[in-house]
Amino acid sequence: MPRFAVCVFPGSNCEEDVQYALQNVLGEPTDLVWHKDTSLEGYDAAILPGGFAHGDYLRPGAVARFSPIMTAIQKMADEGKPVIGICNGFQMLQEAGLLPGAMLRNQTLTYICRYLHLRPEQLDSPLTSGLSEGELLRIPIGHADGNFYADDETLETLERNDRVVFRYVNAQGAREDTANPNGAANAIAGVRNERGNVLGLMPHPDRCYQEELGTADGRKLFESLIAWTKERT
Amino acid sequence: MTLIKANVVVQLKSAVHDPQGETIRHALEQLELGQVESVRQGKFFELTVEASSKEEAEKIVREIALRVLSNPVLEVFQVEIES
Repeated sequence: MPRFAVCVFPGSNCEEDVQYALQNVLGEPTDLVWHKDTSLEGYDAAILPGGFAHGDYLRPGAVARFSPIMTAIQKMADEGKPVIGICNGFQMLQEAGLLPGAMLRNQTLTYICRYLHLRPEQLDSPLTSGLSEGELLRIPIGHADGNFYADDETLETLERNDRVVFRYVNAQGAREDTANPNGAANAIAGVRNERGNVLGLMPHPDRCYQEELGTADGRKLFESLIAWTKERT
Repeated sequence: MTLIKANVVVQLKSAVHDPQGETIRHALEQLELGQVESVRQGKFFELTVEASSKEEAEKIVREIALRVLSNPVLEVFQVEIES
């Protein structure tokens, strides 16, 4: 049985949501691991949760990436195990150089907290393997810095190599400026590394894993992660 | 070894749109202090480092600016060593 780790930093605030989704809802053993721990030995997948690690001081994720646990995260990434960053966790993976690009302040300059539509662009990733072709997801975002930026050359490489995993779209599944309120380049909501095992996304599947929360679409991403991890354990 | 002061300014690259700077510029239009063409905002850091020379201090501070204070994906920095 795989074991999941959710890393907790001072200022993280979504770790228990992720743990609840994986453990209480889906029945997979999931531990919270403090950022000063140095090892993730015995874990088959790790999630960096949302929040405001270290108060988002300097830049979101900029201080967290120096936490001791990030050395263990790097090791897991090198071993090909799934490493997932949600929101602030995504920003940490970018700061650590494990994922490309960086987040600018939202173009509105406001914190945006609302449900958006997502189009999975690749179905062979740890979070999308259980989805069907053309399926749209309704998952909320909650962030001030989710305006994905990368230079043109990097964007081109990401597109060409199928590394954009999620895009913001409208309810019909088409790209539209109002469907991408933070202004992310190419409407990018989630990307993966070259190997495909490290994946970051700004939307929060941990806020919509059962119908009582508005949608249960987030649950599908966790189910994919569990299935993906089990196949490789 | 002496204590040497250094100033670091971090700014978005010129190719990167700066919505905060743009918002400040809009606000300035309300002041009747002449036309402000553009505003680019950034961060300022004052460091005191222990080093044997100004050259060594600059080397240390540049490394810090590159690896921590700025994100090279979207920012550039300038280092000034105080005399």
